Amino acid sequence: MTRYLPFLIVVSVGLLTLGSGTMLYRAKRLPVLTIPKDEIAPGKDGIEEMHVLGSFEAPVTLEEFGDFQCPPCGGLAGPISQIEKDYSPRLRVIFRQFPLPAFHPHAREAAFASEAAGLQDRFWEMHDLLYREQSTWSATSNPQLLFNAYAGMLGLNIDRFEKDMESEQVKARVDADQLRGNALGVTATPTIFINGRAVPPPDLNVVGLHKAIDAAMKATLPVEGKP
Amino acid sequence: MARSRIQIIACTIAAIISLAGLADATYLTVQYLTGETVVCSGSSDCFRVLGSPYARVAGIPIAAFGALAYFGAFSFATFAAFGYKLARKFFILTVCAMCAMTLWLLYVQAFLLHAFCRYCLFSAAIVFLLAGIAIATPPPTD
Repeated sequence: MTRYLPFLIVVSVGLLTLGSGTMLYRAKRLPVLTIPKDEIAPGKDGIEEMHVLGSFEAPVTLEEFGDFQCPPCGGLAGPISQIEKDYSPRLRVIFRQFPLPAFHPHAREAAFASEAAGLQDRFWEMHDLLYREQSTWSATSNPQLLFNAYAGMLGLNIDRFEKDMESEQVKARVDADQLRGNALGVTATPTIFINGRAVPPPDLNVVGLHKAIDAAMKATLPVEGKP
Repeated sequence: MARSRIQIIACTIAAIISLAGLADATYLTVQYLTGETVVCSGSSDCFRVLGSPYARVAGIPIAAFGALAYFGAFSFATFAAFGYKLARKFFILTVCAMCAMTLWLLYVQAFLLHAFCRYCLFSAAIVFLLAGIAIATPPPTD
């Protein structure tokens, strides 16, 4: 019996590891989120409620819930901007604020900065700048000074920018995006929906996004023989 | 070959320590497979390391190789505890390879990514413990 005991122990541990790994995978796998059809981002009429890049008439919508202090969001910002250009005018990109202050202490302030820039029609410029300089302002204890500097770089009225950052209008806008995210079951950033269907986290890369957009494009093409 | 009590105890401790490493590496592999390492949700301190290109080889997470290595170390330590002749040599070889990989990963975290993952540091501590046991345990006498 002792002769076989080590084999028995090793095989048991191997099976136990595989079993517990599988159970953990099932428990941790995020559910595939979807946006109900009537809640998918509206067209031109609802434009003032959100930040849109690309054509209003685009058949495919990429809606991102992002946090400016989240490194994976920063890593995807450049590629998403490129993807929007690559697919233009068949794709529109929508950015929704979803700061996670529990993990990123300056995320909410950064969201306010982008919205304040948006009130002076420079949302996307500030969006790109905040992501590009993420490691710099994330590391400071008082990022407000840097946000003001960025506003200056973008040619914004700094007094107004500072006032807007404190305004209820800006806070309400960030909260509205966050409420939408919560209602859709968003818990992590970046969460990206393409035509209402969330891209699974392992596919949150350039190749995965291209694949998901191509599939959505294909689905929007009229089926032959049908009007 | 005569096995001393110290050798049996050392191999048993090494096997138990390897189990902790196996659990850590399995957890990290699952995190990678679920995509948790590419989003900000719970484990904010390790996604920077685990989401980096250094965390995978040919699309396979390094944590999965780590799990295999820990399973190997556990198996060899178990067999060595039961007196299998070659098991100790294989255990030492496995731990040497793990040490080399751990040193590389610590270098990557410290100097290339400038970020440390606590699960990776835990794994590094386990590997160095295993190395310590391998060095400190006297070889069996003929």
